[in-house]
Amino acid sequence: MVTMMMRSDDRSAAPAFSRWIALGRVIRRETLIGWLFVLPALTMYAVFVLLPFLLSVRYSFYRWDGIGPMTWVGLKNYRTVLEVPNLLETIYNAFRLVAYFSFIPVTLGLVVASVMYRVATGSFGAAARTVLFLPQVIPLVAAGIIWGWLLALPGLINEILRAVGLGSVTRAWLGDFDWALPSVGLIGIWVLLGFCTVLLWTGMTKLDPALYESARIDGAGWFTEFIKITVPLLRHEIGVCLTVTVTAALAAFDIVYVATAGGPGNATAVPGIQIYILAFTQQRIGLASALAVMLMVLVLVVILPIQRLSRETTL
Amino acid sequence: MSTTRKFICTVALLAILLVAVPMPSPSTAQEVPNCGTEPITLNAYFETGFDLPFKLAEEFSKQYPNVTWDIKQDQFTNLINSTPRLLSGDNPPDLIRLPTMVSFAKQGLLKNLDEYAAAFGWNEWPVPQINQNRVAEDGTRGSGSLYAMGLNYSLTGIFYNKELAAQIGMTEPPKTLAEFDEVLARAKEAGLLPIMMWGSAKSGMGLAFPLQNLMAAYGPVEPINDWIFQKPGATIDTPTNLLAAQHLQRWIESGYFPPDINAIEYTDANARFVEGEGVFIFNGDWENARYDTKPGKFGFFLMPPLEAGGSPAAMSAPLTFGIAARAKHADCAAFFLNWVATDEAARQINVTVGGSNPGGPSGLPMPSVPPDSVTNETLAAGVVIGEAGTAMDFIANATSAIFAQGWTPELQKMVAGKQDAAGLLKAVQAEYERQLAE
Repeated sequence: MVTMMMRSDDRSAAPAFSRWIALGRVIRRETLIGWLFVLPALTMYAVFVLLPFLLSVRYSFYRWDGIGPMTWVGLKNYRTVLEVPNLLETIYNAFRLVAYFSFIPVTLGLVVASVMYRVATGSFGAAARTVLFLPQVIPLVAAGIIWGWLLALPGLINEILRAVGLGSVTRAWLGDFDWALPSVGLIGIWVLLGFCTVLLWTGMTKLDPALYESARIDGAGWFTEFIKITVPLLRHEIGVCLTVTVTAALAAFDIVYVATAGGPGNATAVPGIQIYILAFTQQRIGLASALAVMLMVLVLVVILPIQRLSRETTL
Repeated sequence: MSTTRKFICTVALLAILLVAVPMPSPSTAQEVPNCGTEPITLNAYFETGFDLPFKLAEEFSKQYPNVTWDIKQDQFTNLINSTPRLLSGDNPPDLIRLPTMVSFAKQGLLKNLDEYAAAFGWNEWPVPQINQNRVAEDGTRGSGSLYAMGLNYSLTGIFYNKELAAQIGMTEPPKTLAEFDEVLARAKEAGLLPIMMWGSAKSGMGLAFPLQNLMAAYGPVEPINDWIFQKPGATIDTPTNLLAAQHLQRWIESGYFPPDINAIEYTDANARFVEGEGVFIFNGDWENARYDTKPGKFGFFLMPPLEAGGSPAAMSAPLTFGIAARAKHADCAAFFLNWVATDEAARQINVTVGGSNPGGPSGLPMPSVPPDSVTNETLAAGVVIGEAGTAMDFIANATSAIFAQGWTPELQKMVAGKQDAAGLLKAVQAEYERQLAE
């Protein structure tokens, strides 16, 4: 309205001003079109992410069975999460999973990608990347069942151990209190290593070869190149890998559910499994939501510093 | 203008009322609920992997051609989670396999079957069949209004591999717990696996079966049922249950169960037992059809009592089906539930396919089964339990999550030597009270 009035009054008197207005109109038009393009995705995001998130936050302050009336209980659900030892234990387990789902795949991925970059060029490298990436393509539930067979007492892994004279260490890996979590972690490594390797390898192909050449002229070996050039320059890619894998570990559900369902005891129980049981088996939507909100805060607390570190421009 | 509108509204409202409220007629009050003669489609939810309800539905449509079925199916564990939404949703099922019932009855999602019970005479059927499906107003089970019916009544006990049993000199089932202990020890000495059992959290801990059988051997069944039915003040932590848990712990420590039990799933344990691994397995007659694929190879006996001559006890639970409170064809569904237990063809299907007692009025003859089948033995055992009045529901069914959050993790800890008998009962009781406090 204001621009309309200004335009009709001052067009002849101030051509520069009207050009500025015209430019403003173009920008506004572009912004509008931009928003229109974003709108479908934004609507989906709002309906399926933002709204459920806000609802979860709201539910976490109520006692509710999912059907009947809701009762306001304030912070009681949050206190319950902190008081019941089993629930806190799940958060501890989630952090242990970070080592397997995140640190090992990212470290190993860096090594594998840099070896591939140097020696395995051409079709052999492509084949190797495909094989490593396959676990991302296979449905996790099917993979979980097969891993269950492999890790069972009569399974292939124990047979191999017996064949090489390590019969004394054979066990039901997923049913052992000390080994269940590392075994689930192994499945996680298998799933996430390919993702990290491919992402990091792509990053390496974009690095300037001149950097390596000059380093080599200065007498740098493979390891020095790796530490001084590859890792610092791949900071962004490493940041993405860490973000995705740490989130996968803290919010783990599928891998754990198909491998152990949280057992034995509560040795592999993670927040994701507990939220599922609380919400759907016990119909305690409020408590489940409180745990979910706390899990989200926890993920943010861990992820935000990683994001910050990987975005910093100075080393 | 406004008066005309008012008039139209009133007429419309009257018309709706006239259509919606059925005129009470003397003839319908006398008639037993049935499926009528008009075409009806029953909306049903069954459990994946169990043929019985599907076969019964098929036979029912043969006898009552106006009834067709719209059957959806899901895994039992998924049903546990989806039932509340199915019952409260837009298309509430006429017939649904109920994993648990107390909370749904309290939430008003299930149809109260008292009127049907009166019309069909279900209240005169043997008491244990019906009582497990009653829910009182305070939410305790075992008494009060009827909210579900069983398609059949399963029985649990001990199945054994006759060949392996003969190898260790067991010619007839043990008569006391001490005799059973002796046989188990002999099996272990002979290098056989005494008891095959499952224990992975994915299918739930199977050791709850032998534990509850031991509880019923050491003490009376009423306190156990009270606990399952959530009677006020009920506890699982009793002196006789402690003896039972200690007995189970001794079995574990003696190596009577598979060393990898914490990683074995239900289906794997059964497959391994049928293939010949393990002399015994604690399980239910729902597996009869599988055991009877090798006729004469497997036998069945009830958990022997502590003293000779004592009465054996067993877990026996109805295959529970309910009707949604807002079901469209509740009368027809109730008629089906009555038909299953009383029609001769239905009872025969029930025993042949389901392997369990079809229930129904006490006077009806039992359908015929091959004499050398396991089904024959479980049906006979069911009569013993019925006469002794020592049937129990499952301790795993006390609350919807007591199995996943109580028995399974604590028994898994016991297997790993991280929990003892007293600690097990205390931990489960604490979890039970936490869940009931909600």
